[in-house]
Amino acid sequence: MEFLSQVVNIVTKYHELLLRGVGYTMLIALIGTLAGLLIGLLTGMIRTAPLSKNSVFRVLHKILNAVIAVYIEVFRGTPMMVQAMVIFWGYAFLNGGNTLPLIPAGIFIVSINTGAYMAEIVRGGIISVDRGQMEGACSVGMTHMQAMIHVILPQAMRNILPSVSNEFVINIKDTSVLNVIGVMELYYMAGVINRINLQIFQTYAVICILYFVLTFTVTRLLRLAEKKLEGAGNYTICGSQSDPAAEIHILKEA
Amino acid sequence: MENENQMPATGCVSKPDGEYILSLRHLQKSFGDHEVLRDINLDVRRGEVISVIGSSGSGKSTMLRCINLLEEPTGGEIFFEGKAITDKAIRLTEYRSRVVMVFQQFNLFNNMTAIENCVRPQTVVLHRSRAEATARAREALAKVGMDAYINARPAQLSGGQKQRVAIARALCMEPDVILFDEPTSALDPEMVGEVLSVMRSLAESGMTMIVVTHEMGFARDVSGRVIFMDDGCIEEEGTPREFFGAPRTQRAREFLSRFLGEANA
Repeated sequence: MEFLSQVVNIVTKYHELLLRGVGYTMLIALIGTLAGLLIGLLTGMIRTAPLSKNSVFRVLHKILNAVIAVYIEVFRGTPMMVQAMVIFWGYAFLNGGNTLPLIPAGIFIVSINTGAYMAEIVRGGIISVDRGQMEGACSVGMTHMQAMIHVILPQAMRNILPSVSNEFVINIKDTSVLNVIGVMELYYMAGVINRINLQIFQTYAVICILYFVLTFTVTRLLRLAEKKLEGAGNYTICGSQSDPAAEIHILKEA
Repeated sequence: MENENQMPATGCVSKPDGEYILSLRHLQKSFGDHEVLRDINLDVRRGEVISVIGSSGSGKSTMLRCINLLEEPTGGEIFFEGKAITDKAIRLTEYRSRVVMVFQQFNLFNNMTAIENCVRPQTVVLHRSRAEATARAREALAKVGMDAYINARPAQLSGGQKQRVAIARALCMEPDVILFDEPTSALDPEMVGEVLSVMRSLAESGMTMIVVTHEMGFARDVSGRVIFMDDGCIEEEGTPREFFGAPRTQRAREFLSRFLGEANA
């Protein structure tokens, strides 16, 4: 019972710090995931684009592909905690000891780290769309880019949404490593609190629950979004056993 | 039938000037060492309906895909309205919007409804306004008998319905030529008829069509010319009456007897 009252005490006494920590954690995770997705979309489009016939563009494209490949390997092959230290202190080293502002630095680190994973996720999503979709688009005169934007990416995005949600959840947890450079996210706040109250177990138990509430809520919300995106009548086959009147619904809609 | 993207020479569908809309000269295509098309020469008149038949692997589909430039020919030339399409003056996307293709596997855009499938290519490629594109799409969908399904997604449609929407999508581009790549081969037998009847009425409206098909009935009754391909070459060509009545080459006789034998069995 003593434990419970201590937990309640921590929550009431330090709720401001905890909420600020939750806020920064969510901010960094959300922006980092979205920016990472953007990186993934860009690199995915570049890497799946056909090589140009123009030899200059062809060489540039190949160089770009190689740069992207190195980026992916390096950022997937090293821990984000180490990346945070190298980038943060590397910047300070190159700029005479001036450090980056903490929150933008945190967002930047999570973004490029996530981008490396998203690059592969998006590429997989693009490849998984049936080849015929691209041919159908090209056969009526769309350019590769137009086909990507109007036909391929919308389908790829829907396919990769579960993986993107997954990355977001991972990021909510992994922002905790940013405490090594002093970003005031949730884990960092726990350190601040237990240095005051010296209740290590109780404090980390509180943030443990907070992390779980965050990730669980986000998972449920994104699952809901996925279902919504699939659309209600989307795969009701005409006159199927589950809905014999499906054809009639469609007729009514029209 | 006005279209600002069309070149001036294409005002009228059946211009009897003897000019060919599409010509293939010594067309070749190899995949690595494998030579699929050897030396294809073909002239297509405006309004002509050509059936391309032959056993699988004879290069029929590859020829069609080369015409639409989904495959890049390794040799020879393709002329569209007398101009070589490899010419820099002709933009690939514009050419494709005028020589459109209908696929065996339909290739409808799965992320769009039937009507959006017809609207989007018009707004993106031809820069038509949404209102105009929608009006034309409705018209085209009505023409193929799919006006009741304009808001259905491809996954909600049967094969035959999908193919009719695909034909409507092609029609919306107001193309000069439509290439059909085995349009009924992926369909259940009872759905073949609905697609063929749409194609039949298209042919009657004067559309230039090149149809790779195994439907001998269609080839015989609808097309003005039959081309028999074998081993990457055009082995024989003629009117349906000539070809089905008295095939000249041994290969064509074998093919037909095999085909008709199967049909009778």
